Amino acid sequence: MSTTAITTPSRLRVPRWAAPAGIVVLFAAAYLVFRDTGTLPHDKSAPQFLAITDLREWIDDHRNSNPLFLYFLNYIRIFVGSVYTAFQSVLYALGWPGLIGVMGALAWLAGGWRIALPAVAGVGSFGVLGLWQSSVDTLALVAASVLLSLAIGIPLGVWAGLSRGARKAITPVLDVMQIMPTFAYLAPLVLFFHIGAPAGAIATMIYSIPPAIRITALAIEQVSPTAVEASASLGATGRQTLFKVYLPLARSTMALAVNQTIMMALSMVVIANLISAPGLGGDIIRGLSRAQVGIMLPAGIAIVVMAVLLDRMMVALARKDPHSWIGRARFIGAAALAIAGLALTPLLPAEWPDGWTVNFVVQVNDAVHWAETSWYGVTTFVKDVTTSLLLNPLEGLLTSAPWWLIAAAALLLAWRVSGLRPALTALGCLLAIALLGVWEHAMQTLTTVAVAVLVTLAIGLLLGVAAARSSRYSAVQRPILDAAQTMPAFVYLLPALALFETTRFTAIFASVIYAVPPVVRLVEDGIRAVPATVVEAAASAGSTPGQLLWKVQLPMARRAILLAANQGIVMTLAMVVVGGLVGAGALGYDVVVGFSQRTDFGMGFIAGIATVLLGVMLDRITQGADRRPSPQRRKTT
Amino acid sequence: MKIRLLAGLLALGLAAAGCGGAKVEEPAGSAAPQAQGSASSAGTVKIAINPWVGYEASANVVAYLLKNELHYDVQLPEIKEQLAWEGFETGDVDVIIENWGHPDLVKKFIDEKKVAQSAGSTGNKGVIGWYVPKWMADKYPDITDYKHLNKYAGLFKTSESGGKGQLLDGDPSYVTNDEALVKNLKLNFKVVTGGSEAALLKSATQAQEQQKALLFYFWTPHWLFDKVDLVRVNLPAYTAGCDADAKKVACDYAELDLDKIVSKKFADTGGKAYDLVKNFNWTNEDQNAVANDMTNGGMTGEQAAKKWIEANTAKWQAWIPK
Repeated sequence: MSTTAITTPSRLRVPRWAAPAGIVVLFAAAYLVFRDTGTLPHDKSAPQFLAITDLREWIDDHRNSNPLFLYFLNYIRIFVGSVYTAFQSVLYALGWPGLIGVMGALAWLAGGWRIALPAVAGVGSFGVLGLWQSSVDTLALVAASVLLSLAIGIPLGVWAGLSRGARKAITPVLDVMQIMPTFAYLAPLVLFFHIGAPAGAIATMIYSIPPAIRITALAIEQVSPTAVEASASLGATGRQTLFKVYLPLARSTMALAVNQTIMMALSMVVIANLISAPGLGGDIIRGLSRAQVGIMLPAGIAIVVMAVLLDRMMVALARKDPHSWIGRARFIGAAALAIAGLALTPLLPAEWPDGWTVNFVVQVNDAVHWAETSWYGVTTFVKDVTTSLLLNPLEGLLTSAPWWLIAAAALLLAWRVSGLRPALTALGCLLAIALLGVWEHAMQTLTTVAVAVLVTLAIGLLLGVAAARSSRYSAVQRPILDAAQTMPAFVYLLPALALFETTRFTAIFASVIYAVPPVVRLVEDGIRAVPATVVEAAASAGSTPGQLLWKVQLPMARRAILLAANQGIVMTLAMVVVGGLVGAGALGYDVVVGFSQRTDFGMGFIAGIATVLLGVMLDRITQGADRRPSPQRRKTT
Repeated sequence: MKIRLLAGLLALGLAAAGCGGAKVEEPAGSAAPQAQGSASSAGTVKIAINPWVGYEASANVVAYLLKNELHYDVQLPEIKEQLAWEGFETGDVDVIIENWGHPDLVKKFIDEKKVAQSAGSTGNKGVIGWYVPKWMADKYPDITDYKHLNKYAGLFKTSESGGKGQLLDGDPSYVTNDEALVKNLKLNFKVVTGGSEAALLKSATQAQEQQKALLFYFWTPHWLFDKVDLVRVNLPAYTAGCDADAKKVACDYAELDLDKIVSKKFADTGGKAYDLVKNFNWTNEDQNAVANDMTNGGMTGEQAAKKWIEANTAKWQAWIPK
């Protein structure tokens, strides 16, 4: 245990807290002495930035002569593009009544008329909102990227679940894929795959594959070893064990993987639009550049409706008993719905009729304007207090302290929490950030992330515990979480922008909304997964509900909660870049600039890498506690 | 089943691309099916939409005429300035309807790669500058000279400007020299990027309604000047070539003759659509009227374009190729 490394010998009778306190005092003193020395201010035209910009220009010039492009990258682009085009052609060929009918029929098959009815209403609402064409484009893009993500993600996930070595090799790659802010890889993506729908689908896939792999691996891992052993002792081959034991037993968790993949893909819709992928994102970007929530809201609603719809269908599918045959009544109902829809296609106008749309742009804009003007006092107060009491002092501290002092503090903290190896990784990340020349901005981003993560975890734990303890509350909360998770971050930005102006606080606000839902979900699932027998045993032994929570449920759900913390950090970091658009500045903004100004490409690229390093560092500091192999375990493996 | 479909698609893709490797200009991957591709359509024109409303106004008017007078299909993908130029190469963009200079991109895509060319002026004069709300200019008359800005820096301080005055910029993709200007004119200000045209509009409106201090990057033509009284801050006058070195700029922005850029392919094969784009030419007032209807009149781009077109028949008829 590393704690022994810093506790003083007990013979001296020094209290336990003395050593940490002493170290804190030492650091405070060092800070006061060396303040404002050894800082690494940002230089926009550092040579390493310019070198990467030049490299990009070079690649751009050789796009059509380099074999890597001619025989590899361009084919990927063409392949992904043709999958998208295939989906798009089929969806358009169905016509709008046909698509409504077919989606309704699929929902009926998945979960009966209770799902089919909302599905018909939901798909119809795309037309009512006046967004039929963009919605179909988005649906095609999501379908193409989810299909390809699962085709890659599920086999990899199964492999990672079965083999420890594979998991070790894949995990860091997944960390990087998830922590890498989406903007940061848009720029290299544009370089390799150009703009348009194929590039958009690839960008979406990078974002939506990791949950597919991670959750599938988790599902396989959780399959009870007794079942596997039983199967093996009965003489099943590896293949039989995989298909007859692992996959069926992991089925419901794997449905969660599919679900998460769809949700991730939907949340990329807007960002993919920045590289000219078609769909609902365009309406949201337009609303943002015209300062109108009224334009953004219908598109936001359409995305949420799509998410809730697909989510419900997947959940219904996951809950269904795999051995039961689809009832005849259900089959007939579904077929009738599909045929009715398809039959109506030639009869009704080819485009959704104008008279059937509802336009509420003006009303929404008025409501937003009212809120802005009448809540101005409160929101300004909240923002100013948080900024001056929390953000500014922390940022001042981090940017005025010498770099070596911060590195030493990170090393000691990580060592204490997670052990030596993660601590060295964390230190390596920090030093790399310093070498890359983005130290100052990394410290500013760290401030924003730290504050946002704290708020996110506090809210997430509270809501997760509440949901785990009351099924009724959980049922109310679930659709709200779905909405919050899939509502493109940009939709929050505008009201947030109106209420809090272009400040770091706005970015924190948006990050928290974005990162809370998965934290709540993971906490809830973790607590619910505590075996009922254990809970009953504790209850019958006379535990109060409070004791049950603190002594049994939370400790047993520790793994899930740590995963939630890790996810919270990952998602907050992802949002930091989006926050760059509304004043969060620092690394996020560098990435945005690198993406939109050719001459700053190198700076943006490096800022993207620095964000990943920052994420890995935070990850090693926080989740190391769980990953640290105890001496016993290390011996056995 | 799905796997077989994928395999088939892969084979098709490979076959379509031929054996000589796939180049990006080949449209195999980007050819999207037309949603309402009627048999009578004369073709498809893709006009990039850059993120400011004046641009959108021009694009929508041209799109409306292409659709309703020349019977083309029109796509309006949202792409920022620099990326849109790359779209000329892939075929994702045919037209940029309002280009603000961009000498580096002109060099790269027109002179070197030869995938784009200019299609003449839009008739709009574009000027970028620094502005303050009129109430500030009334209260502090000498604030409109950059030399006195440092005296008032304290007024512009915000929670984001780190103790200095705040100069609010717009979308990160916009043309700007502001960082260099602040540094070279030795101003005690920090450039804070609002992130979008929206952020600038909100701040400017609040600055007028609530008498808040604001110094910000803005440009004409823009409808905002009809709603909010703004006064331009005078920077050292522009002289030809004073902005040649982006790091050493210490002069005001030049007045730009905004022009249209089209892909080489569109210029060669665009037929009447290209002629219409080439002929398109209107005034700042025309653009402001359409942009204002779009932002404040609750109209879609198409509705606002229709309104202007119905009221200005003589103007647009001159653009229609014979």
